[in-house]
Amino acid sequence: MYEFEYRRPASLAEALEALRAAPEGKPLAGGQTLLPTLKQRLASPSELIDLAGIDELRGIARDGDAVVIGAMARHAEVAASADVQATIPALAALAGDIGDRQVRNRGTLGGSIANNDPAADYPAACLALAATVRTNAREIAADDFFTGLFETALEEDELVTAVRFPAPAMAAYMKFKNPASRYAIVGVFVARTAGGVRLAVTGAGAGGVFRVPAMEAALTADFSPSAIEGITIPPDDLNSDIHASAEYRAHLVGVMARRAVAACG
Amino acid sequence: MPVTVSMTVNGKAVSGEVEPRTLLVQFLRDHLRLTGTHVGCDTSQCGACVVHVDDVSVKSCTMLAVQAEGARVTTIEGLAQGDSLHPMQEAFRENHGLQCGFCTPGMVMSAIELVRGRPDISEDEIRKGIDGNLCRCTGYHNIVKSIKAGAQAMNG
Repeated sequence: MYEFEYRRPASLAEALEALRAAPEGKPLAGGQTLLPTLKQRLASPSELIDLAGIDELRGIARDGDAVVIGAMARHAEVAASADVQATIPALAALAGDIGDRQVRNRGTLGGSIANNDPAADYPAACLALAATVRTNAREIAADDFFTGLFETALEEDELVTAVRFPAPAMAAYMKFKNPASRYAIVGVFVARTAGGVRLAVTGAGAGGVFRVPAMEAALTADFSPSAIEGITIPPDDLNSDIHASAEYRAHLVGVMARRAVAACG
Repeated sequence: MPVTVSMTVNGKAVSGEVEPRTLLVQFLRDHLRLTGTHVGCDTSQCGACVVHVDDVSVKSCTMLAVQAEGARVTTIEGLAQGDSLHPMQEAFRENHGLQCGFCTPGMVMSAIELVRGRPDISEDEIRKGIDGNLCRCTGYHNIVKSIKAGAQAMNG
């Protein structure tokens, strides 16, 4: 790792001030992606601003028929939360299957979505559940939040504070994971929401997480695995790497989508 | 610039001067000379470096020492009470849950958190629960057996 300074502010206001004062500074959430990145010297922030001491960013609470999860909620906390299990069991299950046990004990919701890794799990849940990302400055619909590979709508020095997930009528997440890294080779989150069926794919897209309108329309008309049997995804905009070719990923999107629909029972 | 970091390690208050980029595992091994915690892959995959921070298992190669400021850290050295091994350590010994022993400290630390309050944890749950710990010798069979026995002993 290159050298950096470290700060641990006690409030959101202090953290924002520290970020503004350090143009090359970076917020540190759970560190499960950032620290490995720093070890590889792929980034060289002048300062790390640790968000772990900020109580305002923690906590999980019900809000009507939605659940609001603080940005610094650890994956293990989300998985074990009675509120999340009761409101959106598919989301609790997703959180409980990220990485491994020790990664889940440190990694956070806010860190995951702000990083927007194309193979991360949470972006698929945010998009399919029509979640709202809350920041220190505004609210951003998930549809507008994830803008590309490792890119989000966040401005410089803007921090995610929480995410609001409205409860769907039913939802499920299915992922085909890389057995070594446990990242999604393809993951599909499907949800029957008030606004129709929403289906989001992670792991596959060259530009990150994406929705599949053709499948959503078919499932809104007939919510069954056979309704999307004939719908294929062109491999043109999909990732191809040593783990899976774009064509294989395209195939897996269909398989995981049908399994997710079937899992909704 | 070095900073002072203070924490409780295995029940003792410790502090040291570290650079902010010092990993928790480096602080434990190089500053405190607690070399029971191992570094295997250094990429947060193998789990040889697992310790407890405030009773929660973490990979100490993927946490900065300064992030553990004020925390209670337990390493493999902090488990035994004098000459008597922790029930999970004893279970690994009894069931021959190791061959070369390199992954063992991390395995034991992960296992203790995994089975806490779960005397009847199933084999499947154990296998899934230790997927953050790699062993290249045993084929895991005796490790799983050890953890099952340790779960009974710890919660008995």
